[in-house]
Amino acid sequence: MKPFRSVTSRAVVLDRPDVDTDQIVPKQFLKRIERAGFGEFLFFDWRKDPDFELNRQEGRILLAGRNFGCGSSREHAAWALQDHGFEAIVAPSYGDIFRQNSLKIGLLVVTLPEEQVRSLMERGRAGEELTVDLEARTAGGHPFELDDFTRTCLLEGLDEIGLTLRAENAIAVFEAAHPAPTSTLAV
Amino acid sequence: MSRTLVEKVWENHVVRREEGLPDLLYVDLHLVHEVTSPQAFEGLRIAGRRVRRPDLTVATMDHNVATGDDTPLDPLSQQQLAALERNCAEFGVPLLAIGSGREGIVHVIGPERGLTQPGLVIVCGDSHTSTHGAFGALAFGIGTSEVEHVLATQTLLQRRPRTMRIRFAGEPAPGVGAKDYVLAAIGRIGVDGGLGHVVEYAGPAIDALSMEGRMTICNMSIEAGARAGMIAPDETTAAYLRERGVAERPEWHDLRSDEGAVFDREVEIDVSAIRPQVTWGTNPGMVVSIDDAVPEPADEAAERALAYMGLEPGTPIREIGVDRVFIGSCTNSRIEDLRAAAAVVRGKRVHPQVRAMVVPGSARVKAQAEVEGLDRIFTAAGFEWRRAGCSMCLGMNPDVLAPGERCASTSNRNFEGRQGAGGRTHLVSPAIAAATALAGHFEVPA
Repeated sequence: MKPFRSVTSRAVVLDRPDVDTDQIVPKQFLKRIERAGFGEFLFFDWRKDPDFELNRQEGRILLAGRNFGCGSSREHAAWALQDHGFEAIVAPSYGDIFRQNSLKIGLLVVTLPEEQVRSLMERGRAGEELTVDLEARTAGGHPFELDDFTRTCLLEGLDEIGLTLRAENAIAVFEAAHPAPTSTLAV
Repeated sequence: MSRTLVEKVWENHVVRREEGLPDLLYVDLHLVHEVTSPQAFEGLRIAGRRVRRPDLTVATMDHNVATGDDTPLDPLSQQQLAALERNCAEFGVPLLAIGSGREGIVHVIGPERGLTQPGLVIVCGDSHTSTHGAFGALAFGIGTSEVEHVLATQTLLQRRPRTMRIRFAGEPAPGVGAKDYVLAAIGRIGVDGGLGHVVEYAGPAIDALSMEGRMTICNMSIEAGARAGMIAPDETTAAYLRERGVAERPEWHDLRSDEGAVFDREVEIDVSAIRPQVTWGTNPGMVVSIDDAVPEPADEAAERALAYMGLEPGTPIREIGVDRVFIGSCTNSRIEDLRAAAAVVRGKRVHPQVRAMVVPGSARVKAQAEVEGLDRIFTAAGFEWRRAGCSMCLGMNPDVLAPGERCASTSNRNFEGRQGAGGRTHLVSPAIAAATALAGHFEVPA
């Protein structure tokens, strides 16, 4: 994972609630077996409208409405946003799986109260450059919460699987104490 | 101390707990399908890692598969299915391949093969993994990075969710069932009402449901934003599993929320007040009863939804005509769903303006339905009877809506373009879908 420290950029304002991952990347693009190259499919259907927000604004920070990324678990949505050039998203809330997926790939998702996101949207619309700073845990000057573990993983670009494999002993001990109640080998 | 069901299952799976770190949770069953796994297997290959527990992992083909002979699969779909076969062979993961007679939608085969059991932690790279919570398992969807993590370590780093209980009380009116309960619940709490929560469904109306009805409810937990849905196992659960060769275990009896257990949020829903539900907009929370009319838009999002759906406020739901009817998906493609729909269409004909299809959730459901003669009831009425798969729930395969087509669908998402770009989806129960196919507009069974 690519380390993330901070980003300073103009912001793209997408002031709509409940934007689902089917909109972020429609299903016809989920058939690829690679991880790269999803940026061109980002908001594929909505981008056909010349007035769509992403056709009229540029930036590496996305300011979004509540429950952003709800619906399908497709990590392709996070890949597409990152591949398109977004480094951070700021919204009042996210679909849980989308939020998790984004943090796993180094796309910082920041949660702020709705009124603070609104004020950032106004500043973004006025063309102001905003800074999202993970070290200081601030977005446009507003402090945000993110647990230390996730923050460290992002700052250092850590391989989480490698970290967990260091707990091999604990996993083996757990397995010895809890024999699997089910086996897929017999299905 | 009193604990909730989810807290008990969680505590039973903590491999490691350290201050400041998410819990490391053990995963008992990992379900895999072709769409969200190729990049995960590729990650293992690049890092030189193996699948830690192939015996706790099982793969199926569902999202991309063709359910009929009318349209061939596109080359990319074929490539993705071939990749799954290759990956399963290389990493030793059991695969329920197309044509094996064991294939089907990932959330249908887990339960029907007796793999889904009370008290397990179950994950899958699919948001509707919440389905398996109907057995008192903690089951949730994950993305591809986490799929890779589970393949490599059989664990996941997770923060404890908040808890919610939705109690369904009262007696339902005839013709009202699980799909209507869950749509009404989503309408009540909203599509983000469950964010960060695991929802436990409880109350007499849940106790009275079959396992398949319970699966329908838990399946749609994600549509309220919830990470998972759960129902405490009982005799109904044990009987279902006995039929699938799984013996009851004593520890199942403790898998219920203790008296006095505290939830972060409690919701009470009276099912006697619920009428058959129909969505009118572009998310599952935009829902009314079939007796209602399309509502006045309350905000910009609702205005956009009405424009997309091509609907005018004030139009009675029953007067909305449909072009297509889809009975299938991990929400409603099990044998009871097909029986319910067949009971409505028996001896009748699909409206001439409507193209209607039934897609069983698995090869086994299809075979069972054919033994019962349901296929002949459907085809005699003018329905297409197709092979198992996700089909038109998400339009990743040849089954799609044309732009502007309107569909009564037993699936779980009415998002823009979900069933095909420009397609208009209305979510309903199998009985309503069947009655609507006959009438050509939204209707309840005669």
